[in-house]
Amino acid sequence: MATKSLHKRHNELAIAKRQLEILSNGIFRDGELPTFKNKISESGQFPLKANKLEVLQINVGYMCNQVCEHCHVDAGPDRKEIMTRETMLQCLEVIKNTGAHTLDLTGGAPEMNPDFRWFVDEASKAGIKDFIVRSNLTIIRANKKYHDLPEFFKNHNVHVVSSMPHWTRGKTDKQRGDGVFDKSIKALQDLNAIGYGMPGSDLRLDLVYNPSGAYLPGDQASMEKDFKKALLEDFNIQFHNLFAITNLPISRFLDYLIASENYEDYMYALVDAYNPAAVANVMCTNTLSVSWDGYLYDCDFNQMLELPVDSKVKHISEYNEELLEGRNIVISQHCYGCTAGAGSSCQGVVA
Amino acid sequence: MQKTYYDPADLRKFGKISDWNEELGSKFFDYYNSVFQEGKLSAREKSLIALAVAHTIQCPYCIDAYTGDGLQRGITKEEMMESLHVAGAIRGGASLVHGVQMMNKVNKLEM
Repeated sequence: MATKSLHKRHNELAIAKRQLEILSNGIFRDGELPTFKNKISESGQFPLKANKLEVLQINVGYMCNQVCEHCHVDAGPDRKEIMTRETMLQCLEVIKNTGAHTLDLTGGAPEMNPDFRWFVDEASKAGIKDFIVRSNLTIIRANKKYHDLPEFFKNHNVHVVSSMPHWTRGKTDKQRGDGVFDKSIKALQDLNAIGYGMPGSDLRLDLVYNPSGAYLPGDQASMEKDFKKALLEDFNIQFHNLFAITNLPISRFLDYLIASENYEDYMYALVDAYNPAAVANVMCTNTLSVSWDGYLYDCDFNQMLELPVDSKVKHISEYNEELLEGRNIVISQHCYGCTAGAGSSCQGVVA
Repeated sequence: MQKTYYDPADLRKFGKISDWNEELGSKFFDYYNSVFQEGKLSAREKSLIALAVAHTIQCPYCIDAYTGDGLQRGITKEEMMESLHVAGAIRGGASLVHGVQMMNKVNKLEM
């Protein structure tokens, strides 16, 4: 398993433009498969437009303690893009005044940003209804200085959303690295011990499931049932909800698809599973993604593809919720990942 | 005519069988889809049964389809292999249980 990001390896797929070329070439250029634009036009859903903002997602940096095979951020220990306190201050201005009900911090491993705790402390004062931190779990066990993260999350009433690709060691470690499963289990037990994820508890703990390979996620409710049963029986672990998220064909997952000769079949699978009802609720219609350097995107995926919002407002420092509302969403073929089957978003299925 | 009997791309065209007989085609697919719904057996159990049967009837399309279906459902490769051994045991058993017929015949014919 690779221990360096595509960026560090100078892989051509580290370049956003190259990824976009691939996504528009071949089967999409020669018309074998319809482009996303043509597909949503069939049901009169083009152009896709942003509705009222509900979720503000902030990426505080691409540094991570893990180098997962499928990571769309191409995160890893070698990534140095980290949000500064100055940009955080600009974000806080927005957080205080936004109409969004959810604040969603992601990364990389957001906890690795040196100003993470300060930022959470400040942001939690704004009184946003749902304050999410996307934690990879192993960070809690990675170093002594992170051991108290569960307590820290609890003190700030943070809603923890964690990745867990499978309830077995083999499938988990294959996607996320050796030892990840055992550390994740320990971290989940730590979170349970202080009340996270327990039935009826206000301390919310949700898990994210990504398929560990070139296939789509199964039914979210059935997967949740299987996860709950296995984690409870084997490790006495409880959690609230499972979000099944489709892997989008960008960055390291795109690299994997091409290297394993699964790219075309995967794109066929996404297009075959296209669901117009999912398009209506796709997350970019109610979400805004802020990058580590403060720029605005329709989603975290567009951020990685360097496709900025189609709006006069480009940066968090010039933020204007009314101007951003109604903007046209920037799309390419990766968008099929969010409209397959029951749909996919950072909060799981949408249809 | 294509050079091989099986083309993986044909699996996606399964639905086209309705083009030449809409009535029976749709009846079949309605039935097919109902069979795989959650029932007294879970959809997961049915997927494993389908995989084992696919290997028994040695249908490459079905093996392709139900391996993918199993992965989507979070079924592990160990579970899949175990289900194949059920198919293998029944197949092997089906040969061997006829051994009783052979033995009966031998016993009848031999002095």
